[in-house]
Amino acid sequence: MDNENGTVHMDVERICELAHFDMTSEEMSEYQDQLDRILEYVEMLRQLDLDGIEPTMYGQPVANNFREDIVVPGLTHDEVIRNAPDQANGEIKVPKVVE
Amino acid sequence: MRSDEISGMTVAAAADAMRAGKFSSEELVRAVFDAIDERDGLIGAYLTVDRDGALKEAKTADARRRAGESGDLLGIPVAMKDIFNVKNQPCTCASKILKGYIAPYDATVTAKLRTAGAVPAGRVNMDEFAMGTSTEHSAFKITHNPAALDRVPGGSSGGSAAAVAGGMALASLGTDTGGSIRQPASFCGCVGLKPSYGRVSRYGVTAFASSLDQVGPITKTVEDAAIILGAIAGADSRDQTVLDKPVPNYRAELRGASLKGLRIGVPDEYFVDGTDPEVMSLVRGAIDKCENAGAQVSRISLPHTRYAIAVYYICATAEASANLARFDGIRYGARCADAGSSLQSLYDRTRTEGFGKEVKRRIILGTYVLSSGYYDAYYSRALKARTLIRRDFEKAFSECDVIMAPVAPTPAYKLNSTVNDPLKSYLGDVFTVPANLAGICGISIPCGRTAADGLPVGLQILGPAFGETVLLRAAKACETEFGL
Amino acid sequence: MKYLVSIGLETHVQLKTRTKMFCGCLLSTDCPPNTNVCPVCMGLPGALPLMNKEAIRKTVMSGLMLGCSINKYSRFDRKNYFYPDMVKNYQISQNTDPLCIGGGVDIGKGENIRRVRINHIHLEEDAAKINHYDRHSGIDYNRCGTPLMEIVSEPDMHSSSDAMEYLTALRQILVYAGVSDCNLEDGNMRSDVNVSVRPETSDRLGTKVEIKNMNTFKGICAALEFEIDRQTAILKSGGSVVQETRRWDGECGETFSMRTKENAHDYRYFPEPDLLPVMLDDGTIEQWRSELPELPGKKRERFKTQYSLPEYDAGVLCAQLPVAAFFEQTVQRGAAPKSVSNWIMTDLLRLLGQTGRDISDIPLTPDSFASLLKLVDSKSINTPTAKELFEELFEKGGEPEAIVKERGLGQVSDTGAIEEFAARVVAENPKVAADYVGGKAPALQYLVGQVMKLSRGKANPQMAAEIIKRKIAGE
Repeated sequence: MDNENGTVHMDVERICELAHFDMTSEEMSEYQDQLDRILEYVEMLRQLDLDGIEPTMYGQPVANNFREDIVVPGLTHDEVIRNAPDQANGEIKVPKVVE
Repeated sequence: MRSDEISGMTVAAAADAMRAGKFSSEELVRAVFDAIDERDGLIGAYLTVDRDGALKEAKTADARRRAGESGDLLGIPVAMKDIFNVKNQPCTCASKILKGYIAPYDATVTAKLRTAGAVPAGRVNMDEFAMGTSTEHSAFKITHNPAALDRVPGGSSGGSAAAVAGGMALASLGTDTGGSIRQPASFCGCVGLKPSYGRVSRYGVTAFASSLDQVGPITKTVEDAAIILGAIAGADSRDQTVLDKPVPNYRAELRGASLKGLRIGVPDEYFVDGTDPEVMSLVRGAIDKCENAGAQVSRISLPHTRYAIAVYYICATAEASANLARFDGIRYGARCADAGSSLQSLYDRTRTEGFGKEVKRRIILGTYVLSSGYYDAYYSRALKARTLIRRDFEKAFSECDVIMAPVAPTPAYKLNSTVNDPLKSYLGDVFTVPANLAGICGISIPCGRTAADGLPVGLQILGPAFGETVLLRAAKACETEFGL
Repeated sequence: MKYLVSIGLETHVQLKTRTKMFCGCLLSTDCPPNTNVCPVCMGLPGALPLMNKEAIRKTVMSGLMLGCSINKYSRFDRKNYFYPDMVKNYQISQNTDPLCIGGGVDIGKGENIRRVRINHIHLEEDAAKINHYDRHSGIDYNRCGTPLMEIVSEPDMHSSSDAMEYLTALRQILVYAGVSDCNLEDGNMRSDVNVSVRPETSDRLGTKVEIKNMNTFKGICAALEFEIDRQTAILKSGGSVVQETRRWDGECGETFSMRTKENAHDYRYFPEPDLLPVMLDDGTIEQWRSELPELPGKKRERFKTQYSLPEYDAGVLCAQLPVAAFFEQTVQRGAAPKSVSNWIMTDLLRLLGQTGRDISDIPLTPDSFASLLKLVDSKSINTPTAKELFEELFEKGGEPEAIVKERGLGQVSDTGAIEEFAARVVAENPKVAADYVGGKAPALQYLVGQVMKLSRGKANPQMAAEIIKRKIAGE
């Protein structure tokens, strides 16, 4: 529950910033309504007593699968560059990155 | 043989016919192309077909046959969901953001199919990045259900199901994150198999939700599903989440499949109000047939079923929000042309224009449930609730061999009927997502058609993790019993 | 009022494995841009990470050497943020269950030994390299996916020199174990620095400022000193320090605020579902422990007792593992430990410094070094000859005994010849001889020098001195 009257409300603008979406306010308000309804729906998880329950983070409960430190051939330079939207001197070209 | 007779065959029958020299792989592939030319204008299953490439591979398969090979998949064309990397082919995931990307490598399932001699014969439509249940979220085209052209084929592997049901592919590969193989198979009247998590490699399969995604076949028969599973399953040095368990000869395991003595669990929670009455009665009728054929049917409970949708839409979107972050216009795919001169606007414009609405909706939801201040309330709770769902199945499979239930609450619905109500369409996944959350295997097989519209309805059979042999034998016995 | 400084370091160390952290690409620093990549380290759709066992082993070994406890259960997480050097726009790292917990590094000497505690060590993947040009930036993904071990210290350092000692000790240990080359110029070892200043009277840490990604010790030292002064000045003038990330500009010698939006830092860590958790059993950990090299501190103590070396010698010899090994191999061949140590500390390290060569890569061998020292001990050659010969062996190698024989470099201990030279020198330098008698000790050295000259360097200098003294005394 997010605001004082006990309804769920997502800060869509902030989330869009994190997800790198640049949307109009109309688009955002459409998402707002839909997402708030979905959040209200998932509120049902609060009814569960989850104390002491282990989380399931993986598809199967297994561990330890390693790779030996052995070289495997990769992509050719051409295969990398062919897919790049822009390149210069073998590097992937992007707008100037300001540190 | 006539072209449409050839293209309408099952994998097993075509393999036998080619072994008997009745036609070549090249003729088979050409017959499939004829069917596509004839029907796909109305159905819209395929996105791209690399005819020259497929014919070349068919000729290679014919040469391998002349050299003495005779495998079940040798020379068989298989339609690929547009989510699989096939070297030198596009792989758009039905998204504008991957326009221009040409895969420089083969997915493991692609490579395994090639090893078996199968021909990746075209890329089929899907919901963008596998997010959806109707294939209407494709950025490129609408796919129609071959059984009723004004209806959806289901999704997200809607193109895979429509191609097979429409006689334009002998078999296809799809992916299932929350029902995306089983539900379109049910809607189109095909067999759709979701293997256990860790049975089939995900390497080269564009990820939606990494802990839930599995690759599986959509086919006309259980036997064909067994053939393809046998070819694509097993450990992979490129996917550490695949378990190193032996792969049985699933096709051979089908011999003598019987319902006699099979312990079938029927979960109360899957037969509740809200499900279409015709679907309910067709599924109940199918279970009755099993019982009549000697199966032991008993009621079971999967008490946490009602939480599955909430858990699923938190877990899957959280993982997706990270998995889809790599699509940013930097290294491959589309880069927004008028992104301006800053990196930020390049990211923002590329992603805003490149992704469709549903994908953005899920990325926003997934980003939110992981974000600071909300992780514990949403993501962390969902992971724990997922454990409860997994335990429900563990308990159930200590009492029964397989579980039978509907695949979806409705048969195929009309085009354009849910796209603006995301929650409603999410709720339609209620019977399929639990299997993904629990990592178990499941299959959808046809169990009849609705009386009013003649729409196909599937029966879902669920088996324990790595219980594919039991699952396929049960499905095979049902298929025989139902005689559909 | 006095101020207390607290410094913590997050040190990123590139591991010396053959291949990358999550794929089979070779680790290599010198290949053309974007030629050492694969679907995994390019973040192509569908690619999956594959955990390199050797990177796990090297991280655990580092933890064992630094006294950490090894987590029996650890796992990887995704750290989400957009940056063009991250191919997936998330970094695979370890957040809640890292491989190693606790431990520490001792700094200071004697009674002043203090422990800088380590919070934890985790493993992650390095990012790509961004090159900046006038109008654009260019990305080379070759470095992407290099295994990167992050060692996070507690804020237990209180001056820039503490930080230098900590980094030096850390580096020595890691190089010793073969975990990393820790080559600073190549960026093998980079540190983020946290620094805060508080009045002596306060028992709570001051507001911390982070300075990111520095790879030279000198730069870290200068940045720390600048930042300590800056923060102290702010506090003295009654102001308060802003919690922020700053960038060190080596050319100006100042730190600058990076003005990053706080909103941008919501990393949304969650478990990496593509990689299985790592469960280490006691057997594996003990196996890896048995593969550890002797630590520098232990080795120093052993050198002191086993070879009766002074503290200083042991410290110099053990600073670099190959030097310590060279010392021990030479001693094993029968040379006297203290003279081996003297020669290494004065001549060998000087020559290595002058030539920039690596000890593993010189023609001088412990064998030839030991036989040279035997010739000196048996007085078969004198010290100046030995020094010349040492330089020659360093440059070209060879067998000392054979060279001495061949060129007649053997020391002249023949009293007759030296008597003759000494008589001549004393006769020709009466004033110098008189000076010596008058108490000027250096005069004797001059006379010995003259005898050496006449003998063309081959006379035994001690013998020459004795004989000259006798001559002057008129015996």
